[in-house]
Amino acid sequence: MAFVHEVGRTTRVMFASVCAFPTVFRSRDSRADFGVQLYKTGIGTLPVVTVVSLFTGMILALQVGLELRRFNQEIYLGAAVMITLIREMAPFSCGMCLAACVGSAIAAELGTMKVNDEIDALEIMSISPVRFLAAPRILALVVMAPLLAFFCCAIGTLGGGIVGATQLGVNFEQYMSSAMSMAEVKDLMVGLLKALIFGLVIGTVSVAQGMGTSLGATGVGRATQRSVVVSFLMILMLGYMVTRVFYR
Amino acid sequence: MSLISFENVVKEFDGRKVLDGLTFSIEAGEVFAIVGPSGTGKSVTLKHIVRLLTPDSGRVMVDGVNVSDCSSRQLRAIRRRVGYLFQGGALLAWMTVEENVALPLKECDCLPDAQIDRRVAEALAAVELADAAEKYPAEISGGMQKRAGLARAIVRESDVVLYDEPTSGLDPVTSVTINRLIKKLNKTLGITSVVVTHDLQGALAFADRILLLKDGKAVECSTPADFVASDNPDVKEFLSAMKGEMQ
Ligand SMILES: Nc1ncnc2c1ncn2[C@@H]1O[C@H](COP(=O)(O)OP(=O)(O)O)[C@@H](O)[C@H]1O
Ligand SMILES: [Mg+2]
Repeated sequence: MAFVHEVGRTTRVMFASVCAFPTVFRSRDSRADFGVQLYKTGIGTLPVVTVVSLFTGMILALQVGLELRRFNQEIYLGAAVMITLIREMAPFSCGMCLAACVGSAIAAELGTMKVNDEIDALEIMSISPVRFLAAPRILALVVMAPLLAFFCCAIGTLGGGIVGATQLGVNFEQYMSSAMSMAEVKDLMVGLLKALIFGLVIGTVSVAQGMGTSLGATGVGRATQRSVVVSFLMILMLGYMVTRVFYR
Repeated sequence: MSLISFENVVKEFDGRKVLDGLTFSIEAGEVFAIVGPSGTGKSVTLKHIVRLLTPDSGRVMVDGVNVSDCSSRQLRAIRRRVGYLFQGGALLAWMTVEENVALPLKECDCLPDAQIDRRVAEALAAVELADAAEKYPAEISGGMQKRAGLARAIVRESDVVLYDEPTSGLDPVTSVTINRLIKKLNKTLGITSVVVTHDLQGALAFADRILLLKDGKAVECSTPADFVASDNPDVKEFLSAMKGEMQ
């Protein structure tokens, strides 16, 4: 019962926030705040995303490369790494980074605000917390997640290429041409769509958890933890579902 | 007709009745103090006036409108008329004191910049915080945060202000200043003031009427003179406990 209630509340937060997206551009102050959120979401997570995607690509190249070598098919290494990254791993690992770095921070920030009566204070001033707090944060995630996923894909491919060249004896140019030959527009679009959905879900879950924080300091801790756990689960399940819809 | 009235308000949290048939009313233009031990639901009572909480049963009327059952438009109108000082100040951490105080004027009333600047300066001067205008909430003391919250509560020139523990945690000198300010706003602008407080001495000095809350009910609601002279055992107990605290 409580679960159904939570799902309902989170869904309402999502719809209300999406409807409030246009207001983000309405005034100078709100645009400036949106800029701050974009910066926090995109640039703030760049170091982590870079390291994560580099190693994702390197691990992929090593695992796949060793198998391919048994069949003397190392020339396809680039294609294999690229397809895995673009379709699955780039949105997935970038989603994980965003949930851990940005989602948790949003839940903790809004949770603290809730406990300190700041959300109530906004309500009194007839400033909608959804418009003022939720919309810019969620929109920043929606915008940044696909961009970061694309970046992740590029860095991952590069990492795979380095491993290929240094450990598997695959010529880097050959690797890249194999990779590019398999990079299809459809794969890219589905991958980016996936990232966009992850961004929306991470933002919504974190905002809903933060705003629903119960009183007391333990409430903030619990909200933060739940935002990360629920985001991880949603990323996995939605990732599967989107794949299921587009590839059969 | 009273400006604000509580009629048999019941509010439960986790099966515990925090308000249990609370009934009282506040007249326009008076300074109304609510006293009682901590955890008796004083803050909860204030939150009902502006529908931050809704009663489980009973009703809260503000100016003839049932707050828990009115349109969002009516609610906006009521909230427009009410300033609220929260217990901890409730300032937004990423804005300076000045920006915090300007927020309701900017986001909600959409006033021109010059007028906003003037009103913010006036409000900050009233709470003697003009020096700290550029500081962030984390850089100032708890008492200053509270005064900044007070500036934000009065900056919209509302005709009702709800004060949640305006003087707790402040030094005696500042407390007196704040109490005087509450009285002055009431006298000069006719602002109806509802003051939740621990500071019985202050309440006796500046309030027109005092309400004692206990176990979610109104135990006594009278003028300071009658309050002190009351022979209600709960009032006596509370007064003697407060006297003990003084010494
Ligand atoms: N939103 C809430 N959820 C659950 N319990 C609450 C909530 N708000 C207040 N309470 C409980 O109601 C009681 C009264 O709180 P409060 O009105 O803050 O007391 P005080 O008289 O000190 O201001 C406390 O026991 C508190 O735990
Ligand atoms: Mg309180």
